[in-house]
Amino acid sequence: MNCQQAKSLIDPYADGELDAAGIPELEKHIHDCPTCALAWRNLQSLKKTLRQDALYFTAPAELRQRIKSELPSPRRAVPQRPAWNWSWLTTAMSGAFAVCLAMLLLVTQTHPSREQQFAQEIVSSHVRSLMAGHLMDVVSTDKHTVKPWFNGKLDFSPPVEDLAAEGFPLTGGRLDYLGGRSVAALVFQRHKHIINLFVWPAKEADSKPTSVKPSQGYHLIHWSEAGMAFWAVSDLNEKELVEFVQDFAMGKTVSP
Amino acid sequence: MDDLERLELFEETVLPHLDAAYNLARWLAGNDHDAQDVAQEASLRAFKFFGSFRGENPQAWLLTIVRNTFYTWLRKNRPPEKTVGIDDETLDIEDVSVNAQAVNPPFADADAVRRAIADLPLEFREIVILREMEGFSYKEIAELAAVPIGTVMSRLARARKLLQKSLAAAFNPGDQP
Repeated sequence: MNCQQAKSLIDPYADGELDAAGIPELEKHIHDCPTCALAWRNLQSLKKTLRQDALYFTAPAELRQRIKSELPSPRRAVPQRPAWNWSWLTTAMSGAFAVCLAMLLLVTQTHPSREQQFAQEIVSSHVRSLMAGHLMDVVSTDKHTVKPWFNGKLDFSPPVEDLAAEGFPLTGGRLDYLGGRSVAALVFQRHKHIINLFVWPAKEADSKPTSVKPSQGYHLIHWSEAGMAFWAVSDLNEKELVEFVQDFAMGKTVSP
Repeated sequence: MDDLERLELFEETVLPHLDAAYNLARWLAGNDHDAQDVAQEASLRAFKFFGSFRGENPQAWLLTIVRNTFYTWLRKNRPPEKTVGIDDETLDIEDVSVNAQAVNPPFADADAVRRAIADLPLEFREIVILREMEGFSYKEIAELAAVPIGTVMSRLARARKLLQKSLAAAFNPGDQP
């Protein structure tokens, strides 16, 4: 491969768009050629520059308000429910039902359906965490604060990484309950998007990150590693969620 | 689906992407006031046509409407920007990424970066926003901006060269005559 060819492949490579077959040859060229290595590092640096939160314009509250007021509001015709209502019970019961069903399906070994059911439970938990104003029990961007916080609250110690440098700052953690057990929920942010990463010990073999069919517009990726099961869920687009998962896995291998 | 279900579904699937809608509108229009107008009109149009939404990606769908709304607004409100020849390969952009002596550190001065992005031609700017800030794939951007993937790739590469050039100039003002 010459520099001219390498130069045309560096952008797609940095964007995760290069064919797997072409990657080893390009990596070898970047390794051997100082000029292309510099172009590669400068491109990485530019990408990082463009991803800083300060450049992202979030919608002003007044815009959100104006749009809501322009939308039709059939809701007004519905009698106001009292603040304390039965809907939480319905949610809890449907959650419990999903768990029972998941267990039932586990017994009958229908793996994909079990995964879909479980994905549904994860999404429900994610949505609840956003709605209830109960996103975090411990609010901190410091992994050395978040990790010890779980001590004594869980029978395991979840791996915690701060990925601020990668554009996914850690914002805190929370105890959650999934599939009949207590789990750790780590909360990350990408611009205004929230990522919940659920972690718990599992007796399953290591598995590579796999995307699960999106549910209600939320993307899900799960994997297992070193006896822990991981589920990442967010309204982020799938590509960025994949990046998050890669960065998290990478962070675990390089940090002490 | 009754009206209430439709509204609820819209609020759950499309409105969470209002930040992305405003961000794109803001970078395209260049100021808050016009961006709010564009984002609001696009959101209301999205609701109007929500019945026709079949896709799996509500964000891409909403941003397509934002983009179309913006270009309609632009034709009505502003004289045409110079867009001639932006894909002409003879328009040579100096590639500073390989001329630089040292690796540029990630550029921290947000104001300088904002100016550099704002100076990009519209057709380049929108692709940078969609790729770097929203993380869309080349294929998604091609569909969203209604151009071939090859055009997405060449515009992105050229936009990056322009950005590297103007950031290098802002970073080392003495180096540029």
